Amino acid sequence: MNVQLTPDGRLRHLLTLDGLPRAILTQILDTAESFMDVGEREVKKVPLLRGKSIFNLFFEPSTRTRTTFEIAAKRLSADVVNLNIATSSQTKGEAILDTVDNLAAMHADMFVVRHSQSGAAHFIARHVAPHISVVNAGDGRHAHPTQGLLDMFTIRRYKGAFHNLTVAIVGDVLHSRVARSQIHALTTLGVPEVRVIGPKTLLPTGVEQMGVKVFHDMEAGLAGCDVVIMLRLQNERMKGALLPSSQEYFKFFGLTPEKLALAKPDAIVMHPGPMNRGVEIASEVADGPQSVILPQVTYGIAVRMAVMAMLAGGTTA
Amino acid sequence: MKIQIKHGRVIDPMSRRDGVADIFIAAGKIVAIGEAPADFHANRVIDAAGLVVCPGLVDLSVRLREPGFEYRATLESEMLAAAAGGITSLACPPGTDPPLDEPGLVEMLKFRARNLPGPRVYPIGAMTQKLEGQMLTEMAELREAGCVAFTQADAPMTDTQVLLRAMEYAATFGFSLWLRPQDVSLAKGGVAHDGAVASRLGLPGIPALAETVALATILQLARETGARIHLARLSTYDGIAMVRAAKAQGLAITCDVAATHVHLSENDLMGFDAHLHLVPPLRSLRDRDGLREALRDGSIDAMCSDHTPVDEDAKQVPFGESQAGASGVELLLPLTLKWAREMGVPLLQAIDLITWKPAQILGVPAGTLAVGAAADVCIFDESAEWIVTPQTLASQGNNTPFLGHPMPGRVRYTLIDGHIDFEARA
Amino acid sequence: MHASLPDVDSLIAQLAAAIAPTLTPDTAIVGIHTGGVWVAERLHGLLQRPQPMGTLDISFYRDDFSRIGLHPQVKPSNLPFDVEGRDLLLVDDVLHTGRTVRAAMNELFDYGRPASIRLAVLVDRGGHELPIRPDFAGLVLAVPPHQNINLSRLDDGHLTLSLA
Repeated sequence: MNVQLTPDGRLRHLLTLDGLPRAILTQILDTAESFMDVGEREVKKVPLLRGKSIFNLFFEPSTRTRTTFEIAAKRLSADVVNLNIATSSQTKGEAILDTVDNLAAMHADMFVVRHSQSGAAHFIARHVAPHISVVNAGDGRHAHPTQGLLDMFTIRRYKGAFHNLTVAIVGDVLHSRVARSQIHALTTLGVPEVRVIGPKTLLPTGVEQMGVKVFHDMEAGLAGCDVVIMLRLQNERMKGALLPSSQEYFKFFGLTPEKLALAKPDAIVMHPGPMNRGVEIASEVADGPQSVILPQVTYGIAVRMAVMAMLAGGTTA
Repeated sequence: MKIQIKHGRVIDPMSRRDGVADIFIAAGKIVAIGEAPADFHANRVIDAAGLVVCPGLVDLSVRLREPGFEYRATLESEMLAAAAGGITSLACPPGTDPPLDEPGLVEMLKFRARNLPGPRVYPIGAMTQKLEGQMLTEMAELREAGCVAFTQADAPMTDTQVLLRAMEYAATFGFSLWLRPQDVSLAKGGVAHDGAVASRLGLPGIPALAETVALATILQLARETGARIHLARLSTYDGIAMVRAAKAQGLAITCDVAATHVHLSENDLMGFDAHLHLVPPLRSLRDRDGLREALRDGSIDAMCSDHTPVDEDAKQVPFGESQAGASGVELLLPLTLKWAREMGVPLLQAIDLITWKPAQILGVPAGTLAVGAAADVCIFDESAEWIVTPQTLASQGNNTPFLGHPMPGRVRYTLIDGHIDFEARA
Repeated sequence: MHASLPDVDSLIAQLAAAIAPTLTPDTAIVGIHTGGVWVAERLHGLLQRPQPMGTLDISFYRDDFSRIGLHPQVKPSNLPFDVEGRDLLLVDDVLHTGRTVRAAMNELFDYGRPASIRLAVLVDRGGHELPIRPDFAGLVLAVPPHQNINLSRLDDGHLTLSLA
């Protein structure tokens, strides 16, 4: 019943990393590796998706993510159309399917969807015609699979393998689709110890059942880690019932050079961006030698090219 | 019109009767069971050989969507659907637009219902004006207009002082209050049970605590005021434990559960199907199994459909934006039979939960096949298996999480006041 | 077609001998994955080229992508020299329809504008569908359409041709 796979086990949509077999994840990472050098060439394009139309359907604004998808699609020679759809109207639900139907009538081959509701990408995937693929570019708190994949790509580039790593994810896991996708990818790829670190107000109920160890003390949680992933703390959560203040948060859950020193000496620091310096991460760490935050952005394009290439081929058989 | 129901397996929970017998109906009443009265000449003979003949079902929660939401379903369509489900009496909550908070509205509904074929309609009046949780309604007036109890329906009850006053006032007249325990603050923003599945899917959660915290308040107020309280739509294991304990202490409370929640759990949410967006949310397997057991041991007094027709547009949206609720009048009997089979519960005990017991909660003369009672009868084929599809449902709302599922038990005839209101096509 | 197929090492030696006089000092050898890379590696050794060898995986340039999708094991292309203005010797194991060579040339041009490209293949089996002919062929053999000729590498690194 995995809607993401074709009956013969190929990728049909990319909605979540939850439940995707390890072989598929590895194949995406391997394919992304091949796309890495395309950005270095004289002509930064391959003709793979020539004649395909990809629609970026952003029901929730995000310039960064949309741009990386757009660059990735263009490097594959696809035609890209960006649609930023306001979600203010009460009939936004109807608008989704109407929009999708309209674009399908314009011979869309792929929808890249960002929406504030968990499950929105599943909803669209269930509705579209068989030849259209859906890529989830972030749905509510549920999943952000391409971000999760690019993080795995980054880890593999710097650490070589997954089977001997301890990885810590720090911060607002409760509201984070990125964290959920990372957790599923890390556990599927065989990371023996995945930790989540944060105050009880920012960790989801029963998060252990996703295969992670829970820490409320950051210093204990960072000890011996190979990879430290910091999550963004949204502005609206910085004060109120979840957290008293961003200052107190930084004191106990912000990544400083002193806290990072508790991880392994060669630990890498990651962040999905955009960063709140001085809230979840100190500038010395963000710009320091262990930070791989900028390479993550570069890798994001190759990973998204890999995903789109794997989804778009073999559909006209 | 005189009707003879021949050779059926007659099950009447009130009298503990379970055996093959003939039933004789005249002038809208049951006149004899077993031997025909002298000079009885049936105008119509229903051959019920191999079928079960039981009291018409009494459903404690059916949203008829009138007034105000006729586009989702009409009184007419839902009354017919209920009859097709074997239901002969139903309670309708006041969550209409406007809510049933004035006698005129209640009288209008009763008048509309009386002139349509289908079940007897028992309105539950609004406990507070406009269901806003602030000012009490004229409960005594509403009672005279036909309300059998009072409730906030699904509207939040934020002010505990008003709740206390409502109980005191209702207790003054001996009226029953129906309350669905849910702490509005703890449930804020949630769309699914706060547990491992919602965490995985990133759906904002409603903790089980939202039920138990509200329940603690209600039980304590009920002890103090002596108000008659019926707890609607329990969903948690811990909530049932509290009710069980309160009953053991002698508190006069009753409670019900929705048939959906007896079969489904949070695990069914994995595909984000908006048809599984229900209120209260589908909870953990432990909670569901607690409900199933509590029905068996009698801690839960009744099962209802909690019928909520929702138009397709309101479900064709992402889960969290969808309107909650499931259509269910036609699935109440099958889901009850399915539970009984899975739990090894005798048919008589199962049927009690959807006939005699809910009639007692409503305080209306229904739910029995006693001689002299109104001839409200459900005749069904216990061995029939069918698949739930929009075509096999009469309700205007096709919003059921059971689409495509096989169901046991199909209603063949529904008699209300001795009149055949529903007859299945052969 | 029961005649035994020639020894691959001697075919490559003949190829190298034919190619050697035509090489300019900065001619670079580029092999097409996977069999072409094996042949190119041998030629690169025999011809003692100073430049490192290049490899191409043409998966991203295939004209049947829409029909069959992406090859499950794409390898990175690697051209460790500047393509612009350079003489290139493109090497593949078997020339059949010519579509692979076309894709490879398209890919090469995305790295820059080479001065020239010449094509060397171990076997030209016929069945061309495009106006592409080898400049150097170790063996020209008319293989019927229903048959395939394959180059494989044994565990000891030995290359063999087989018909199937």
